[in-house]
Amino acid sequence: MNQAIRRSWIVAIGMFTLILGSLTYVQFFQAEALSTNDWNNRQIYQDFGRPRGAILVDGRAVAESVPSNDQFNYQRVYKQPNLYAHLTGYYSLVNGSTHLEKAESDLLSGTSNELFYDRVVRLFSNEQVAGASLELTIDPQLQQLAFDLIPDGQKGTIVVTEPRTGNILAMASKPSYDPNLIAAHDTSAVIENVTELSEVPGLSIYTNPATESLVAPGSVFKLVVAAAALESGQFDENSEIPNPAALELPGSSQALPNYVNGNCASRSTADLEFALEQSCNTPFAQIAWELGQERVSQQAEAFGFGEEFFIPTRVVASSFPEELDQALLAYSAIGQYDVKVTPLQMAMVSAAIANDGVLMKPNLIKSVRAPDLELLESPQPEVFSEPISGDTADQLTEWMVNVVENGTARGAQVSGVDVAGKTGTAELSETGDNAWFTGFAPANDPQVAVSIVMENVDIATGSQLTSPSAQRIIEAVLNQ
Amino acid sequence: MSDVLTVAKSRRNVEALLLLVAFAVAVGANYIAGLDREEPFNPYFWAQASTFVGMGLLIHIILRVRAKYADPVILPIVLALNGIGLAMIHRLDLPRIDDAAFTPVAQQQLLWTGVAISAAAVLLVFLKDHRILRRFTYISLIVSAVLLLLPLTPLGLEINGARIWISVGIGTFQPGEVAKITLAVFFAGYLSTNRDLILLAGKKIGPLQLPRFQDLAPMVAAWFVSIGVLIFQRDLGSSILFFGLFMAMIYVATSRVSWVLIGLALIGVGGYFALQLFSHVALRFDSWINAFDPEVYNRAPGGSGQVVQGLFGLGSGGLAGTGLGQGRPDLVTYANSDMIIAALGEELGLIGICAIVMLYVLLVSRGFRAALGTKDGFGKLLACGLSFTIALQCFVVIGGITRLIPLTGLTTPFMSAGGSSLLANWLIVALLLLISEAARRPAPSGPMTSPFPDPPGVGGHPTPGHPTEATR
Repeated sequence: MNQAIRRSWIVAIGMFTLILGSLTYVQFFQAEALSTNDWNNRQIYQDFGRPRGAILVDGRAVAESVPSNDQFNYQRVYKQPNLYAHLTGYYSLVNGSTHLEKAESDLLSGTSNELFYDRVVRLFSNEQVAGASLELTIDPQLQQLAFDLIPDGQKGTIVVTEPRTGNILAMASKPSYDPNLIAAHDTSAVIENVTELSEVPGLSIYTNPATESLVAPGSVFKLVVAAAALESGQFDENSEIPNPAALELPGSSQALPNYVNGNCASRSTADLEFALEQSCNTPFAQIAWELGQERVSQQAEAFGFGEEFFIPTRVVASSFPEELDQALLAYSAIGQYDVKVTPLQMAMVSAAIANDGVLMKPNLIKSVRAPDLELLESPQPEVFSEPISGDTADQLTEWMVNVVENGTARGAQVSGVDVAGKTGTAELSETGDNAWFTGFAPANDPQVAVSIVMENVDIATGSQLTSPSAQRIIEAVLNQ
Repeated sequence: MSDVLTVAKSRRNVEALLLLVAFAVAVGANYIAGLDREEPFNPYFWAQASTFVGMGLLIHIILRVRAKYADPVILPIVLALNGIGLAMIHRLDLPRIDDAAFTPVAQQQLLWTGVAISAAAVLLVFLKDHRILRRFTYISLIVSAVLLLLPLTPLGLEINGARIWISVGIGTFQPGEVAKITLAVFFAGYLSTNRDLILLAGKKIGPLQLPRFQDLAPMVAAWFVSIGVLIFQRDLGSSILFFGLFMAMIYVATSRVSWVLIGLALIGVGGYFALQLFSHVALRFDSWINAFDPEVYNRAPGGSGQVVQGLFGLGSGGLAGTGLGQGRPDLVTYANSDMIIAALGEELGLIGICAIVMLYVLLVSRGFRAALGTKDGFGKLLACGLSFTIALQCFVVIGGITRLIPLTGLTTPFMSAGGSSLLANWLIVALLLLISEAARRPAPSGPMTSPFPDPPGVGGHPTPGHPTEATR
């Protein structure tokens, strides 16, 4: 009997050996894979259980973590939620995080390498890991003004930058939403809110319209074509281009007409100044034919087209189409067909012209401070590209001032200041037009570059919401 | 056949020293679990500490008086396991403690700990010698049957599809846990009485010595109990446990592998049909094989969410663990009962969980050691069966949690929340202590000591006139 007892013991030991083996397999060899598995939400709970750094505008928090009484200990709260929703994004347990909350998550949560020293100190002083805070370049009054200039119910975006630094002073879009609805910890309520928000026309909680939605630029794209024309050396201020009311398009039954309500018809040939002033289509189509698709495309790329970059949130690449026949090249030259831009991209075109041809990299972050307020980062102005020469910039500035003084952008005039600008109307067959303004002021000492787009509007409303809004913004900046 | 030496030393002082360590583990774990989350040294802390120290010393003193040769390692191991389990249960209470609708589990479990150890104390005092139980062989069978049938009466409760609980006024009770002991007593009694008959009759076919048909009775009983539990109570874990218990005891009684093979074949057939007929068994199997399939993961009920969450806990704990109170074991459903090993693995790490498994290894080995040492067949069978059950239970639970085998709802002995399991396991401890006392107690000096070496098998000091057990 004892032999059998010993054998039973061996079986028992065998079972224990097996479970020690499987424990080792799970906890040692599989540990990494299991702890990083998508279904394993321990990391999320850990992140949510820590205070996250604030996002500040002019020293005041627009997003911060406040103690909560639930299992996560902290709730992310957005002050002035609608005004900043497209910048801060949200930090949600249920729906992930977006925009700055996502792009700067390492800093905000305190897991960034830059905060390593801070974490070590906190480890020894038995304090909780805390996140760094972000101060934005946004000017709160300007942001509010820009937001208010977009009527409720209108889909539109206003971007205001500082041409010399690339700092973004305002970036507002409507329709907006309340990120608090998504950052709540109540899963079922959040799911319901997300569903409701997904039904708001024109709103996507996942994209910042200023940097992530691509729209047709219409005539504001003529600035790029004009820049290409000057840079090529084939055109200058004296070049006269035929200005028919409508341009026959080779290989197409359609003809490209000039803008119906403008004064283009008053001249049969136009120089670039007049063509820009009245936003005549046919001269620009012919310039593009002359330059060829490649040159226009290259000029667009020099302004930043075709490149995705980060400010630190994502800016999607604006695009100029490829492999165009003459007809499509004509349409593309006036910013129709498949030319797609972000509102920020158009602000960059104006800013580059304003800054003597030097395009500064757009930036949203003024400074990053560790939890002890020590300055970790304060981004310095950075050159993005030099798309045009200083001479080209000066010439374009002169023409753009003329557009505001005598042309389509008269609504943007500010007394005592030379404002440079260009309007645009992208005709979209189904949904109405996109009305644009882009420009800067003062022309001789640029403080501000503006880009405004109102989507799906009729022409009359569109022009009311663009140039006059630019005027209000320029006044606000210059009167500070 | 090597000899089994019995050391005629009481070793109660060793036990006292080990008890100090066990107290430190139990009380310390409980203190650390509450760190930063509650007032230190609150009433619960003192209740826990005094229960463990008080009850531990009570058993220690009873052993000093009534069974001073009992194994000195068993009690400290069990107290430490119980303490670690209770600390984890307490720790898992804390995130929800502010919820008014939530009743802390730890206080209830502490109460059960007191009750269970008291019951063990009573058993130690009144039973004195495990052999007395042999008189109750058939009564045990009846009691077992009643206990197993109770959940099927109107008293029974069905929780999560398994009907293994009964309602006893203030709470629920799992009679199957106690049936484990009574069935072991019955089998030990029956087999020790009839083993010669079972052994000697029967044909031999090839290497297999087959039993006579009528001697198959215990095997058939075992099969019926196991399959009955599976079918009527829908409790796969207990079914496996009972079956393992029977197989171990039949093998130890007969030393015949053929019997075990027949048993395994029978249960294989039963298991196959169970898999075909019962959706819950099939689902368990499917969530074992395809645990990480999104469809299986999200399936409710019968999905693999629980086992996968448990694996996440273990994986996140890694080698060293997050530290007691620092992880998120509360994300796993039933973290304080069926899945307590996952919770412990997450916070104590592989190192900690291996230490706990080693405690079980020691405990089970001490049980087998008692079986080897004791001289009566009944005691050998009982100690063996009970020890093997603990080992098998650990295997089924930890194997299930680590996806070595399909997950079945079983408690981890001494650790999981659940009064009936704790009570039953402490009663098992009392029995093992008594058997070890019998094994280690120096034989009363006869008129003369044997000048001869020990006869084979039994070990220890032969008592004149005591027949040696047939050994193989």
